[in-house]
Amino acid sequence: MISVKNISKIYPSKSGKKPIIALDNVSFEIEKKEFVSIVGKSGAGKTTLLKLILAEERPTSGKILFDGLDIYSIKKSKIPVFRQRIGVVFQDYKLFPLKTIYENTAYVMEIMGASDKEIERDVLKVLELVGLKDKIYNFPNELSGGEKQRAALARALVHRPEVILADEPTGNLDPYNTIEIIRLLNKIYELGTTVILATHDKELINMLKKRVITLEAGRVIKDEEKGRFIL
Amino acid sequence: MFILLKRIIKMGWKNFFRNFSLNIATIFIMVVVICLVTLFFLLNPIFKILISDIQEKVDVSIYFKEDTLPEEIFKLKAEISKIPEVKNIDYVSSEQIFNKFKEKYKRDPVLIESLTELGYNPFLPSLNIKVYQASQYEQIVKLLEMNSYKDLIEKVDYYERKPVIEKIFSTINGVNKAIVFLGIIFGIISILIVFNTIRIAIYNSGEEISIMRLIGASNWFIRGPFLVQGFIIGIIASLITFLIFFGICYGFDSKVKSIFYEVSLFNIFLTNMLNLVLLQLLIGIGLGVCSSYIAIRRYLKT
Repeated sequence: MISVKNISKIYPSKSGKKPIIALDNVSFEIEKKEFVSIVGKSGAGKTTLLKLILAEERPTSGKILFDGLDIYSIKKSKIPVFRQRIGVVFQDYKLFPLKTIYENTAYVMEIMGASDKEIERDVLKVLELVGLKDKIYNFPNELSGGEKQRAALARALVHRPEVILADEPTGNLDPYNTIEIIRLLNKIYELGTTVILATHDKELINMLKKRVITLEAGRVIKDEEKGRFIL
Repeated sequence: MFILLKRIIKMGWKNFFRNFSLNIATIFIMVVVICLVTLFFLLNPIFKILISDIQEKVDVSIYFKEDTLPEEIFKLKAEISKIPEVKNIDYVSSEQIFNKFKEKYKRDPVLIESLTELGYNPFLPSLNIKVYQASQYEQIVKLLEMNSYKDLIEKVDYYERKPVIEKIFSTINGVNKAIVFLGIIFGIISILIVFNTIRIAIYNSGEEISIMRLIGASNWFIRGPFLVQGFIIGIIASLITFLIFFGICYGFDSKVKSIFYEVSLFNIFLTNMLNLVLLQLLIGIGLGVCSSYIAIRRYLKT
């Protein structure tokens, strides 16, 4: 489903020093309905890789195919439609502060042009799934960290994307909420969605027992089925 | 398409109320800006009235010799009337001036008595000429001096009044230029103030805009609600300004009339009301929408 082919990303240094190599000739394949964790220390290139998959940035060299489509050949005006095929969860939630939890969740469906009836049905269903049905009229600042992340997860999956990209989704959470988020991601995966999880949480990876791609200094140093976090 | 448009309008409307304090601040800044433009818009007809009033009072008189026959003066009058630069020409007989003088100084018995003691009418018949521009007086006077009628003329008061006439017209020109210049300066300052206020408001939403982009919103879906917000801010600001000026023109009408008899503030307001409303709406909505459009552009670059 996602083919990462010889991707390199080099950021030119602003201070005139050596350029920063974020990714160095990275290649791997992710199949449909797969749960893949991308692990590595801070600065290993995890977030850069996710940004490239989301077409937020362009690689210095190499390409990424999404269902056979080279995502860097997509016209600028069509990028939003491509991004609608992906659900994104961020470490700092990135909810809209001036929208209620219902509106935050409904936003993606609204931009896709779904009817009000469909939106109401799906939003309530997904908020029930993440346990936030009683918070639909609350604003993000009225929620706890765990609740915010669950709301972000609801927003990422309400439009049934083909892939969920989760960038350190448990980074700001306590162990209880971490387990809750991972349980939800697992559930989403079991329902047939591809999940790509970027994290440096060792416990979490060892608990998941799923495929692990390990990055170090921008290179893939390990790619194991049912891998463990070893650095 | 329609459903998206409906959603954009709804989001803009909701955002307006959820960002109420910032939007109120923007509205008041815009009110100040529209007030300034409206002030210039209304000052223009007021100045026109005052200027034309001053211009009306400026003329040049040709005084004829005592024994000049009225027929000869009428002939000259007809000839001068043919000159395209002449706006108006009036004949004033010596009797008319005499009566006018008596009427004017009827409360000054010494002056009237001395005039009676004189035993004859000392005033000379004259032609009062008004032209369109001050510079044209000199041309006309020179034309008269070369004319065959010059023997009939006792004196032309142009040279005595020349400095005053030129000063009046140059002041009027100066005032006109100053109004245009100040209008342009204030216009530019106003646009910059409103643009910056809206830019700061949108700057607060910079992170939100980048999230919208990442989850697949098109540029128009992101931009739309901000433009709607700018539109609402513009409409409210122009309505407030309209009401302020309605109140000022109505309330100060009699006071202004007591100073400048010819100027009715409220009448000027009513006569120009439609244009004023359109101008205010155009500035309000135009500034609101355009500033939002420009300010949001930098966040939408991929």
